[in-house]
Amino acid sequence: MSTSTAPASGTRRSRRRAEDVAGLGTKRALVFVTPALLVIALFLLFPALWTIYLGMTNFRLTGLAAANTEFVGLDNYAQALGDKSFWNSLWLTVIFVGFSGVLGQTLLGFTLAWSTRRIVGWARTLLESVVLAAWVIPGSVHAFLWIALLDRRGGTLNALLGTDGKAWLIEHPMTIIVIFNIWVGTAFSMQLFSSALSAVPPSQMESARMAGASGWEQLRDVVLPNIRGHVLTNTLMITLWTFNTFTPYLLTAGGPNGKTEILSVYIYKTAIPGGQLGFGAALSMIMLLINLGIALLYMRIGRSKK
Amino acid sequence: MSTNPPSFGRQLRKVLGRTLFIVLLVVIGIFFALPMAWLVVAPFDANPTMAVKWPEWTLGNFQRLAENPYALGSIGNSLIIAIGTMLITVLLATIASYALSRVRIPGRDGLLYGMLLLSSIVTGTAAMVPTFQLMNAINLINTHTGVMLVLAGGLLPTVVFILKDFMDSVPKSYEESARLYGAKPYQILSHVVVPVARPGIAFVAIWTIVQVWGNFLVPFLLLRDPTTQPAAVMMYTFYTESGQADLRLISAFSLIFALPVILIYFFVNRKFGFRFYGGIKS
Repeated sequence: MSTSTAPASGTRRSRRRAEDVAGLGTKRALVFVTPALLVIALFLLFPALWTIYLGMTNFRLTGLAAANTEFVGLDNYAQALGDKSFWNSLWLTVIFVGFSGVLGQTLLGFTLAWSTRRIVGWARTLLESVVLAAWVIPGSVHAFLWIALLDRRGGTLNALLGTDGKAWLIEHPMTIIVIFNIWVGTAFSMQLFSSALSAVPPSQMESARMAGASGWEQLRDVVLPNIRGHVLTNTLMITLWTFNTFTPYLLTAGGPNGKTEILSVYIYKTAIPGGQLGFGAALSMIMLLINLGIALLYMRIGRSKK
Repeated sequence: MSTNPPSFGRQLRKVLGRTLFIVLLVVIGIFFALPMAWLVVAPFDANPTMAVKWPEWTLGNFQRLAENPYALGSIGNSLIIAIGTMLITVLLATIASYALSRVRIPGRDGLLYGMLLLSSIVTGTAAMVPTFQLMNAINLINTHTGVMLVLAGGLLPTVVFILKDFMDSVPKSYEESARLYGAKPYQILSHVVVPVARPGIAFVAIWTIVQVWGNFLVPFLLLRDPTTQPAAVMMYTFYTESGQADLRLISAFSLIFALPVILIYFFVNRKFGFRFYGGIKS
């Protein structure tokens, strides 16, 4: 570009002008950006800030406090810390995220990516497409497909296993939503690891093989060190999404007896049908802080990689 | 190194290992396909059951769906919400990303990353209470506008971020020559930049529609009136309220609701590749 030959003293200025070849100027640029920022500020930033305020009130949808909202300071947080259901839901969330996201999706996704590398084209396409389709189908349909699969009378699983009358969703609710979430989310890990594996230098694999390294040794000494960054990205992304998912609600509505009441479901039940908006907001705030922690960790790792 | 042929034991181990490996992949394949088999078969079965079985082929289930005002209405609502959200998001993101690409507003990079960070922290789940409260206060409960704005707010940071990348790659010489002919900045945007950046804009438009089409929580929270609810919520209501009373309707509904996204996804994925699509679900 002709402007790149500008004298060194004015390089910065002219580069700035060189980007703006249409002559937009800072003022007009701000006008262009404002509508998007306004929507983000109102419907993303404001709710976050409003949570802080709302969490310190006793706001309710019905009853006396609905008309007379009072500022209660940190009472809601104190209530949460002393609330058995809260701790229970947090514990269930840890189990849910740990088993379905961190362990299940990551391991199964890696297994798929690793083992489909060298199988014939059509088999690979078929397998990948099925895994992807599970990811793409909308949540409500996901849920119904699994309800049909696990149905007590005449569900596919009972028909296959000959266990007619077994109520999977009532007898093993937590295990089921963990497996369900692995089924839904594995596609992401599979694809991430597939592209990571294709970037491992073939020369390193070759020399490891020449040196007589077994499959497991190749994996440990060549592949894993090469894709460490991807493993971290995958783990943090999945943790964030799994922590925030609401889809298990469609399957079990948190039941039976709160056995699948993960944090997102607990907040919904407390705040909307339960009407305790203030207390629900305090719980939301805790969720926001955990999200912030995960996101900061992710950004920090991203920066150190550069 | 020995030049002997591989021993029998070693060969056996190899064959066993391969067999085990294939069995493992088949089992994983069945695990993923099994729940979906219902979606493929039941909609075309004259008498679907919860279990997958060989169907008595018919298209009658789709006719029942077409006759049900709630089901049909909810698919209409889904379309309105998806297209509306897409229009708001893509329009605002296009002008914003163009400006951010061409002009170095003070703190631009901080703004971009700050927005992305914000959108990954303030998810629909974590923000449901304040969002409900906010929409209640400004009377947008039971309106499609409310749902569209909330969804657009959540999607905009990511969409602006992707589009800015596209805008950065639009050759600036085009704009320069347009300007020499006396075009105004907004004319350059609409007549020069947008046509060149069209693949990127099309991509974010499709991506937005897919995200919104399947979204359950936001409409579930904000739309209490059944006539306003999209298919994602209506499907849930159908099988919680009517139970399995009408599997014929539910099966056809599931397929009609899932199919567009599956088709779009495989089309987009082939066209744009995963690195682009999967990497930005954040």
